[in-house]
Amino acid sequence: MCKNSLSPALADKFAALEAYIADLNITRDDARRRGRLIQVLHRAQQIFGYLPREVQCFVAEKMYLQEADVSGVVSFYNYFTTKPKGKYCINVCLGTACYVKGAEKVLSEIERVLGVKADTNPTEDGLFSVSALRCVGACGLAPVVMVNEKVYGKVTPAMAVEIINEYKQRG
Amino acid sequence: MEKILSREALCSAYEHCKGMLALRCSAPHDIQSAKKDILCCGGTGCHASNSKELMDNLRNLIREKGLEDDVRVIQTGCFGFCAAGPIVKVMPDNVFYTQVMPEDAVEIVEKHIVGKELVERLLYVEPLLNERLHDYAKMSFYAKQQRIALRNCGLIDPESIEEYIAHDGYQALAKCIFEMTPADVVKTVLDSGLRGRGGAGFPTGRKWDIAAKVNAPEKYIVCNADEGDPGAFMDRSIMEGDPHSVIEAMTIGAYAIGAHQGLVYIRAEYPLAVSRLQKAIDDARATGLLGNNIFGSDFNFDIEIKLGAGAFVCGEETALIHSMEGQRGEPTTKPPFPAVSGYWEMSTNVNNVETYANVPQILLKGAEWYSSIGTADSKGTKVFALAGQVNNVGLVEVPMGTTLREIIYEIGGGISGGREFKAVQTGGPSGGCITKENLDLPIDYANLGKIGSMMGSGGMIVLSDQDCMVAMAKFYLGFTVDESCGKCTPCRIGTRRMLEMLEKICDGNGTMEMLDDLERLAETIRDTALCGLGQTAPNPILSTLRFFRDEYVAHVRDKKCPAGTCQKLYQLTITDACIGCTKCARHCPVDAIRGEIKKLHVIDQSKCIKCGACIENCPKNAIVKE
Ligand SMILES: Cc1cc2nc3c(=O)[nH]c(=O)nc-3n(C[C@H](O)[C@H](O)[C@H](O)COP(=O)(O)O)c2cc1C
Ligand code: FES
Repeated sequence: MCKNSLSPALADKFAALEAYIADLNITRDDARRRGRLIQVLHRAQQIFGYLPREVQCFVAEKMYLQEADVSGVVSFYNYFTTKPKGKYCINVCLGTACYVKGAEKVLSEIERVLGVKADTNPTEDGLFSVSALRCVGACGLAPVVMVNEKVYGKVTPAMAVEIINEYKQRG
Repeated sequence: MEKILSREALCSAYEHCKGMLALRCSAPHDIQSAKKDILCCGGTGCHASNSKELMDNLRNLIREKGLEDDVRVIQTGCFGFCAAGPIVKVMPDNVFYTQVMPEDAVEIVEKHIVGKELVERLLYVEPLLNERLHDYAKMSFYAKQQRIALRNCGLIDPESIEEYIAHDGYQALAKCIFEMTPADVVKTVLDSGLRGRGGAGFPTGRKWDIAAKVNAPEKYIVCNADEGDPGAFMDRSIMEGDPHSVIEAMTIGAYAIGAHQGLVYIRAEYPLAVSRLQKAIDDARATGLLGNNIFGSDFNFDIEIKLGAGAFVCGEETALIHSMEGQRGEPTTKPPFPAVSGYWEMSTNVNNVETYANVPQILLKGAEWYSSIGTADSKGTKVFALAGQVNNVGLVEVPMGTTLREIIYEIGGGISGGREFKAVQTGGPSGGCITKENLDLPIDYANLGKIGSMMGSGGMIVLSDQDCMVAMAKFYLGFTVDESCGKCTPCRIGTRRMLEMLEKICDGNGTMEMLDDLERLAETIRDTALCGLGQTAPNPILSTLRFFRDEYVAHVRDKKCPAGTCQKLYQLTITDACIGCTKCARHCPVDAIRGEIKKLHVIDQSKCIKCGACIENCPKNAIVKE
């Protein structure tokens, strides 16, 4: 079973997740315990950065759910990822408002400069990963790019390159 | 704040708090007044433009000058005028500053607050008059608006329950509990004519009536804050700018249908809205306005937030309910409707954020007041998210029946960059386009339906002559293909086939037969898909085919994209107007431009990625698409 495969290096993270789940007081005979699953997965992704199989197994076990139920949910929702992300996640909004203001050009410039495609692997140095997302609700600033939590508005392809260089320097 | 355990306690809380808004609601234009409220927009958009730092700077300067007793710096919700953010409004002076940078704080404090003089350079320039406005009341962006759902956004501090109470907050709830029966509440909402703002436009009172009459051991009231239409952001603004109105309305709804638990399903992409709403829920609970024995009555109600995880289809109510239960967010056929069997198979009432935001005002001011606004078929106001090629991008709330021309040209300040209006896309990926011919059509549910578009959630994307309609249809289809949950075949496979055809057409590989195939397939999917997502996915295609068939034909027959958007259908070339300034070559990110200084330059077509950087940088307009 997956219990044995828990990496010791991640022990702290598993402990944090376990504490979070314990606080929810989930019991085996609570027929509605599954209603907490998405919330727990959000927390897990916050802790680990992504949801590899061993984390999914761990969640299933602690919530008394089937592993298949957990992986079915993880695969359904765009927000959950089973691959590690770069240190800086660059999210390019491809919502309608951003699209008509040229977001596609910004995205292709970012992909070109970093040499990775959106929603695939991070850059080799592990610094950046690129994703496309739909509308962060800052349409007034279209086109919008987010780096982790920071929102950049009215981004041109040239500005995107500047932003990337700024984070490269930070390392 | 002390607990409010009776109606009398609410009245005294109001008396205690109402002074907080005195400067903001009093007679305007008094720059000499020593007391001032400096309102700063704290919405997602303005946050992105460093409004937090600006606020910190303002606060520090006010403290340094020893003015903190007279001058307050207040973070409000979104003013709706997002294109010109960050926004600062000084009251009671009624002065509106736009695009204020953190370093501008010094001038605002020294010149305006201390020196009692306007900072001219930060005043808003009215595009129609080309004049800097001294008085907010003269801004055409706001002149035609009527704010009901957005009444507190940009006025009160969303993190302060006191300020909400100061602006009649929780009065409607008290009125319901102490003066009205649940049936009276349902009747008032029914008579007001309020229809759901989440897309379908179902009468809210009817929905409440059905839920109220269901006999169930438990009932739930749900707020749909998934806001899936990309390009619409009114629900986000309401939650960030006036979260208590949503809480109050859900509590009223719960009282009306007999629910004791509420849930807000909110998308994970809106972290600021989540934290503001959570704070408001905590404050309401601490004040006794949520929880057991609200106002000391025997009515109990509480609210919990449920996070989404990035799936458009979860905005559909049955999918949303499955998602809240920790399932994959797949829709199921109705009936049974959620009112009969919803969350954990219990009776569940789902309404949209903006729908709720109207409710407290309707109960305070009465059904007659609300139904006097709007048109025969659509009452009240609607918030539109104006975006795309329009000058004043932002949120506007207008009475139903306002025309597109008024919205785009008067409130929106016209098309940006001096381009020509081509169409407006409403209803997002489920909607259709509205063309020049219908600019003067009063906008309401019935009229939009008649011309093949729909109200949707109120996203309004303005398109100009430089936007290709085929590419727009392709964009929306790409969206539905990504977001189709895959449960039914017409949607899973049908939309993919349509997208492939559109891609071929945009690449110049389309055929005339394809246009007919596209139309036929679109109609089949519309009639056979399982849920609203699939049923409405063909709308952007059907509507662009109906109004812009000539553009499709140009792509297919002439292999041309009239708007110059479809990359495969044009090349960039440099004409004789080139003076050899080398600017284009220096700006080309892929080194595709060669040429000696002061001589004609040429573009290496094998390298060119058509990014357009050269066009933007050419001082002579010598680079053309052909
Ligand atoms: C594919 C699809 C997506 C939807 N997305 C949303 C949404 O993001 N927000 C919303 O309020 N309603 C959305 N709806 C409509 C809901 O199903 C439901 O009708 C609405 O929440 C009811 O609230 P209302 O009557 O107040 O409008 C969507 C419907 C469909 C078919
Ligand atoms: S479409 Fe990009 S932020 Fe809304």
